[in-house]
Parts: sequence; C-alpha cells; structure tokens
Amino acid sequence: MKFWRIPLDIDQIKIPRGELHIIKERCKGCGFCVEYCPKDVLGISDEFNNKGYHPPVVLKPDDCVNCQLCEMICPDFAIYCLRAEEDQKEVPIESK
Amino acid sequence: MSIQVKQPVEGEHPMEKLLRMDRIPHIWCPTCGLGTVVTALAVALEQLQLDLNNVAVVSGIGCTGRVAGYMKLDSFHTTHGRALPFALGLHLARPDMKVVVFSGDGDLISIGGNHFIHTARRNVDMTVICVNNFIYAMTGGQVAPTTPITARSATSPYGNYENPFNLPLLAASCGAVYVARWTALHIRRLTTAIKEAMTKKGFSFVEVIAPCSTLYARLNKLGSGLDLMKFYHDNSIIRHGADVREVGIDFQSKIVVGKFLDIEKPTYIDSVNAGYKRAFGDKYKPYGGTHGGI
Amino acid sequence: MKASKNNVLAGQHYLDGNHATAEGAIAAGCKFFAGYPITPSTEIAERVSRRFPLLGGLFIQMEDELASMAAILGASWGGAKSMSCTSGPGFSLMMENFGLGIMLETPCVLVNVQRGGPSTGLPTLPGQADMMQARWGSHGDYEVIALAPDSPQESFELAIHAFNLSEKYRMPILIMTDECVGHMTEKVVIPPAEEIELIERRYTDKPPGKAWPFELTENLISPMLPLGQGYKFHITGLTHNEKGYPAIDAETQEKNVRRLIDKVNKHADEIIWLEEKDVDDADVVVMAYGISARVMQPAIAKARKEGIKVGQIKMVTVWPFPEKRVRELAGKVKALIMVEMNYGQVFLEMDRCAAGKCRTYLAGHAGGTVHNPEVIYNLIKESIK
Repeated sequence: MKFWRIPLDIDQIKIPRGELHIIKERCKGCGFCVEYCPKDVLGISDEFNNKGYHPPVVLKPDDCVNCQLCEMICPDFAIYCLRAEEDQKEVPIESK
Repeated sequence: MSIQVKQPVEGEHPMEKLLRMDRIPHIWCPTCGLGTVVTALAVALEQLQLDLNNVAVVSGIGCTGRVAGYMKLDSFHTTHGRALPFALGLHLARPDMKVVVFSGDGDLISIGGNHFIHTARRNVDMTVICVNNFIYAMTGGQVAPTTPITARSATSPYGNYENPFNLPLLAASCGAVYVARWTALHIRRLTTAIKEAMTKKGFSFVEVIAPCSTLYARLNKLGSGLDLMKFYHDNSIIRHGADVREVGIDFQSKIVVGKFLDIEKPTYIDSVNAGYKRAFGDKYKPYGGTHGGI
Repeated sequence: MKASKNNVLAGQHYLDGNHATAEGAIAAGCKFFAGYPITPSTEIAERVSRRFPLLGGLFIQMEDELASMAAILGASWGGAKSMSCTSGPGFSLMMENFGLGIMLETPCVLVNVQRGGPSTGLPTLPGQADMMQARWGSHGDYEVIALAPDSPQESFELAIHAFNLSEKYRMPILIMTDECVGHMTEKVVIPPAEEIELIERRYTDKPPGKAWPFELTENLISPMLPLGQGYKFHITGLTHNEKGYPAIDAETQEKNVRRLIDKVNKHADEIIWLEEKDVDDADVVVMAYGISARVMQPAIAKARKEGIKVGQIKMVTVWPFPEKRVRELAGKVKALIMVEMNYGQVFLEMDRCAAGKCRTYLAGHAGGTVHNPEVIYNLIKESIK
C-alpha cells in the first residue's frame, strides 16, 4: 500500500476479513456478484443447483474484505458475508 | 490464515427478517434489477433503525408491483396506477406511519400519471421509489412512457417514436421536495438516497434505473441483463444538483444520476393544519390522523 | 356502541337529502372523505368539507373519481370509517377500485346520487338507471349490498345503516339515491347520540404471526388486522388465499370467490330490508325503491279506493334482491309491477324470480322526471284485467 505520509496509527490498521456464505439453491446465476466483487474473490462454478443454474464459488477466500457488495447486489438473497475473525495482516508500507 | 466457507444454512441471510421467506424465491428473472432494489430498501430500513411495525409498503401492478408481496411489512398490492391514492388514504388515516410506494415506470407515470402529479403537488409526506426499466415488463414488453426513442418493444416493433418522460423533471416540476436517480448497481448510494428520502418530510421521489433482461434487453439486442446493468453503470455520470431539465435519457445514452433536488416545503398535513388554523384560530385542533375514528 | 355526541347534530332540521346523507355519515363516525365534484352529489362533499375540520375528520378533494375510490380504501385500511360520493359518470370510473374494495374486503361507503344517463346525460335531473351497474359494474363475480333511501329522513338513517353494514360485513356498501331525493328539502329529525347504534369492525384477537387477513370463519366474515401493530400482513387484489398471498390457481379462485359471494348470500335474510303493506290479500303487488316508492303511493291509494287489492313493497335494500320473497309472492298474486326510473333493470330480477308464475309489468321511463302516478295507476288497472 502506498501512502503519501505514513499514518500515525498504521499499526492499528486492520483489514477486515469476510466469510462468504452462498445459498446455492437460491442462486439464479445472474453473475452480478462475480462481476462486481472488487477483489475478484468469486467465480462461476461448474456445478448445477436444483434450478439448473451455476452458483458462484469462492476462488480466493483470503482476499474477501467483507465489503458486502455481493450481499447487497445479489437480486436473489443468495449470498452474504459475515465479518470473520480479525486478522492482523501485515501491511507493507511504502512511503512516496 | 485460511477461511472456511461454511455450508449455507437457511434462515441466516441478514435480510431475511425483512422478507416473507415463505414466498422466496421470488418471481423476478435472473439479472433483474428488482431484487437489488429490494435489498437496498431492506438495508435502508435496517440502517435507519425504524420500527418496522410502522412502515407500510404500497405497490401497483407489474414486476415492480410484486415488491409489496415480498417485504415483511404491512404491504398492499393495489390496482394498476392507483398505488399513490391508496397510499395517500393510508397516510392520511395514519400520519404516524411511514408509507413507501413502490411502483414501476408504467404503473406510476402512465396510468398513475394523474395521481403522481397531484400527490406531488400536494407534497404528501411519502417516499416514492420508481423502478424504471423503460418497458412494461410483466405484460410482455410493451412500450412505456419512459421508453427512449428508437427502442423496440412489443408494441413498438419498429422502434419507439414517442417522446419519453424525463421523470426527475416531472417530479420536480410537480412539487416533489426530494428527487434523486441512481442505477440499481449504485447500490450503496441508492441505499443512502432511500434513507434520505424516507427521513425527508414531503414527497420524495427516487428513480432507480434497473435492467430488464427478459424484455428490454432481449427485444433491443442489448445482451444479457448483466451486460445491460454494466452498461447503465458505466454510462452513468454522477452530477448532484444537476438541472432536472437536462437529465433526460435517450436510447443507450449517458445517464445522469445523483441527487437532483432537496428542498424544504410544508407537507400536505402541515398545509391542512395551517389552512384550518387560519380559518378557526384556536378552536381548531391540528389533524393527527383518524386512528380508527372517534 | 353508541354514536359520539360530538358528531351528532341532534334536533329537528330542514335539510335536503344530500345534506342529510352527510350528517348521517358524520353521525356514524365517518372520519375520512375523498371525493370529486359531480352534480348532483356535490352537496355531500361540500357539507362534509364544512363539518369535518372541527370534528377531527379529513376531507380531501381528489384529482378524479378513480383516486377517490382508491383513497377511501387506503384510509379504511388505516382504520378510518371512510366514504365517497358520486353520480353516474363517476360511478363508472370508480368501478375498478370498487372491485378492489370487494376483493380486499374493505369497509367503506359509496353514495351514488343517480342522474339521467347514459354518459353525461342529465346532470340535474333524477334517474335510477345505475342499478344494474351497482350490481355488476365491476368485472368478475361478486355480491353487493345497495340501499335506496326515499326521503331526506331516510337518507340520514340509511347512511348510518350503510356504515354499520360495511363494518359488519367488511365490504363497500352502496347507497343508491337519486337527484330527486338528494335535492329535496324536508324535515329531518336527528335523534340524540345515545339513540344511535353503531357497529364497529371486528379486529382479530390472535397475536401477530398467528392471524391472517382472510381467515375462514364460521360466518365467513374474517376479522380485520390492524395496521402498524406488528401483523405485517399482505393483501392483494390478485386471487389470494387465507394468508392474503396471491395464489393463481383455479382451486383458490373457487374458494375465494365462493366465500365473497356466500358472505352476502348466506346473510341475505338479515340484510334484506323490505317495507311491505297490504300484501297478504293482494292481487297485484307494486314494488319500487328510492323516490319511486313514494311516487307509487297516490296511485296505489287511488286503486285501493276503487276496490283493487293492491299491495306494495318498498325495497330499502335493492341488492341483494329479495329473491325468496318474490318467488313466494309470484305464486300467490296475479301480477307484479316494478316502478323505476329506467327501462327495466331491477325489473329484470323481479321478472326472473316470478318465473312465469304471474304476470310482470314495468312502469319505466328514461329518467329525467319522477313517474306520473296516473301512469302507475293505469298499469295497476291493466295488470289485473
């Protein structure tokens, strides 16, 4: 992460982590969540649900930051994100 | 640290308390923007921390009209175009309740046009969310008063030639106090707009541009609903406070979104009370609703 | 329960039918009025707009009749006793939402001060040609209750009765007056509030989550659910099940429509209100409603004086039609005569129920004036030939 100047509370920054829950049987395969995830966490799976659609699958679970965009944008209430245990991820600092 | 993706358990989606789970899955097509707008409303209601017993949803007929049937609130699915006067009656009997009207572009502006202009003129305190998909979707894709020129539909098979309405201009010129437009993809800004509209006193109008995959997109060969949603989002320009006379939408053109109007005006009940106070002085008790009648 | 003292203008008054209807509605506890001006019903709206502000009611003049009907349904679901008034052209416009009122089972009252039709017709002259429209005006199968007052005094009383019926049977009730009664000024005695009985709608006693808006009960009238108390009900104009959710299939349609029809028919004996005179020994019975029921009096008196055994039935409720009574009578009398200001609307029902067992006659005309009693008298004479 590039900073203009190093914030004084840099050691307190915690990147939130999200835990994705996909209700596969509700998914209608629209692809919004896959398309609009800012961290490209999701992908379309090859499996079929009982309606014949391909529900999403979590490709990069570690990258989910709990932004909840997928949860809000899903028209079918088939995916939601819960705040996972906080992780003190190392934030590599580069000052400009 | 790896995260386990838990297996889904029914009854855990955070929005479920605002939805009639006995009627989910809903009837809307895959990639329809309506589900997203319902989520925006649900999140807005949750964030506002309103007493959900005090919120009523009234809708008309059409795909958007079905919203009332899926929200777990006192909800009314009325006749085509008459959601606004029904909601007006409801609001006047119970001014303590928050009334949200959910309607499509055809229901609200075409057959409901007269009611729209008068309810806005009276500045009745209610929130009106118009989901604009530029077409009459439920009945098979007929032309709507918002369909852009040259767009095809079931009743304009050679391209529409009628001038469409500019909904924010219509709302603002009729007397709405809050006018905003967002696409369904601007989900967080839409949620904020709905929150502002619901807390605003007076006639608040939020237009949501939503993709209609099965009809508008298909009849006009615009790709899938996802493509259309992408198009709407990528071609929207955010201009808060834009002049509503310039925010018309042409076929596959740029869409100006944002909060266009946010003014203060006395609401209908304020005007009623002011008028009768002038006439009767202290003998008049301000109108507070009928609450079941005396 | 009794009417509230504030609402009742007790005493003797000199009022016209429309004003009396308005006073009746106010005495019944009506607190919401949404209407659109149309001759000859406008006096009701005007009087209500004058009286409501200091009584805590709300009057709103809507943009059209369609909105008026929708608004009174909404207000009723908000808990208010609501009403509207109109005449022929407006009645036609209100039909769709009247059907919604029947389907949602919403208590409210709609007054149609009939005038000459069709179309713009005779705005300032009476007619009684909306009777079949009252019965079948909205699309689909359903039953209605329609009352017809014949004087300003009765306009006052039937307004209260209409509200009581609407709250009891949970449906819109029609008051089918006509311009003659509406604009006729007569003495109206308004009793003190303690003497006016009111019926209020029944709300469910079950807790939220266990109560549904259209529950099947023994008397077919479901208790209403109050708004804003956690019941979170959903009601729709689509064919629905007990929970109020749309259910688009033939079985639910049968159950739903059957219940709406049975709700009125099974209580028809309580609802039907006839005022009969001299029917027991009659050879010919004259039936009428509204102003025509007064106009037939001199004709009947004259015929009686000549020894003709004429009976009379004034239909205070026109719908549901007193089928049983007419079928019974048809076997006993030689002729039945219907007097109405149209070319035969309720007459068709009378004729159908007579089923050929006796002769049926219509004293009808296109409207614009009340009948000349001579015409009725001649018809009586002819009927017993």
